[in-house]
Amino acid sequence: MIWDQIWVIVWTLIKIIAIVLPLILAVAYATYFERKVIGFMHARMGPNRVGPWGLLQPFADVFKLLTKEIIFPSNANKFLFLIAPVITLATAFAAWAVVPFSDGLVLADINAGLVYILAMTSLGVYGVIIAGWASNSKYALLGALRSAAQIVSYEIAMGFALVGVLIAAGSLNLTEIVEGQAGGLHHWYFIPLFPLFVIYFISGVAETNRAPFDVAEGESEIVAGFHVEYAGSAFAVFFLAEYANMIIISALAAIMFLGGWYSPIPGDSIFAQPSVFWFLAKACVFMFFYFWFRASFPRYRYDQIMRLGWKVFIPITIVWIMVVAVMRVYHIGPWF
Amino acid sequence: MSKVVSYLKSLSLKELRQGLRLTLGYFFKRKFTLRYPEEKTPKSPRFRGLHALRRYPNGEERCIACKLCEAVCPAAAITIDSDVREDGSRRTTKYEIDLFKCIYCGFCEESCPVDSIVETDIHEYHFESTGKNVITKEQLLAIGDMYEEQIADSKQQDAKYR
Repeated sequence: MIWDQIWVIVWTLIKIIAIVLPLILAVAYATYFERKVIGFMHARMGPNRVGPWGLLQPFADVFKLLTKEIIFPSNANKFLFLIAPVITLATAFAAWAVVPFSDGLVLADINAGLVYILAMTSLGVYGVIIAGWASNSKYALLGALRSAAQIVSYEIAMGFALVGVLIAAGSLNLTEIVEGQAGGLHHWYFIPLFPLFVIYFISGVAETNRAPFDVAEGESEIVAGFHVEYAGSAFAVFFLAEYANMIIISALAAIMFLGGWYSPIPGDSIFAQPSVFWFLAKACVFMFFYFWFRASFPRYRYDQIMRLGWKVFIPITIVWIMVVAVMRVYHIGPWF
Repeated sequence: MSKVVSYLKSLSLKELRQGLRLTLGYFFKRKFTLRYPEEKTPKSPRFRGLHALRRYPNGEERCIACKLCEAVCPAAAITIDSDVREDGSRRTTKYEIDLFKCIYCGFCEESCPVDSIVETDIHEYHFESTGKNVITKEQLLAIGDMYEEQIADSKQQDAKYR
């Protein structure tokens, strides 16, 4: 009896490690591909010195960061200063618990998966606020305030966009949301929910504080924002959390709008089979979009960000939720 | 009416899509990066790099200690002492260039009546301890001996334009 319980815990831990280790590796290579993609778009080569095509560059960066000293600012609250990156990272990783990689391949197949994800991504803002406050630096504090206001604002638009998915799928369980999109490309939710799909991804970019919404670390005015005082491994943890959040936003976009693990190719060939490969491929497309945005767009002004979030996204999502509700009631198209 | 049109334009993210298309175009274009240690840009024969003192083909050093280069040097990087050699000719006993002061303007080379002090096209060099930035007459002559062929060739190429 007691051994059964211990076995459940050990088995769960093994599953967690099986998710987190590839995730950390994915984060490492996300930084590499980000630099490559941006470099290519600038007509440069990107990192190409460490290992063949620079493929070992992420490891060089990681070891450099881990061997550097963590500097505590004078009069900083040491406990909060150290706990902040941990909160950010923990929430970024915890959200992965409910992500279904393939049919049945999910750590926790809970009914309120969507709500859980929204909760976890929102909790991450505490790490940012605490980091900014505990650093005892005006830049960090301003960066944290900006970041918090921005995340809270876009959380609403994002939540409304997800309500559309919820209406369409009739479930909060991520596996059921994907299964609601079975039956080929034209069954995927991005067609009836197109405005919500676009708004979801743009809000996701804003939510993770990435370009063009990265005022939280605006180099030109507040140096590096909330993590300006962080160095070494504490900074590395923030970095890890930021990229883990980017990957989860990409993964969720693939799950909720692009049919998760279902293949876009019709027929019975091996490529038409639903598999984890399709899920990862779709998530990678969104990661590419992240890098593409960063290479293309200048940073928004702060009031423009707020205007976009409150005056554009929220009204559009509300209108489109009504449209989706009407479509749902009258069973329009192959989707409902 | 135009207000509605511009509103629709911004809603359809028209300008953002234009920007994205442009950057995607560059993503697939040829890259201009020069992989530096393996590839190098061609240099002009007029390139002004590390200095050298030249000799005549018979092995006699060219410098006659006229000190024109010392006088013309805008950064006062050149220091020359001279004396009469045993055979009665006027030669330098000390010829030093402080490479930290030097601005590589090439005036020394222009002023030299016997083409002795020149600037070679060597620009990849470093110093490993303090004080090594002042190079002596022996070092300058050694550089000149080592790269004489190259220096003569550069002078030859540039001669018809002077």
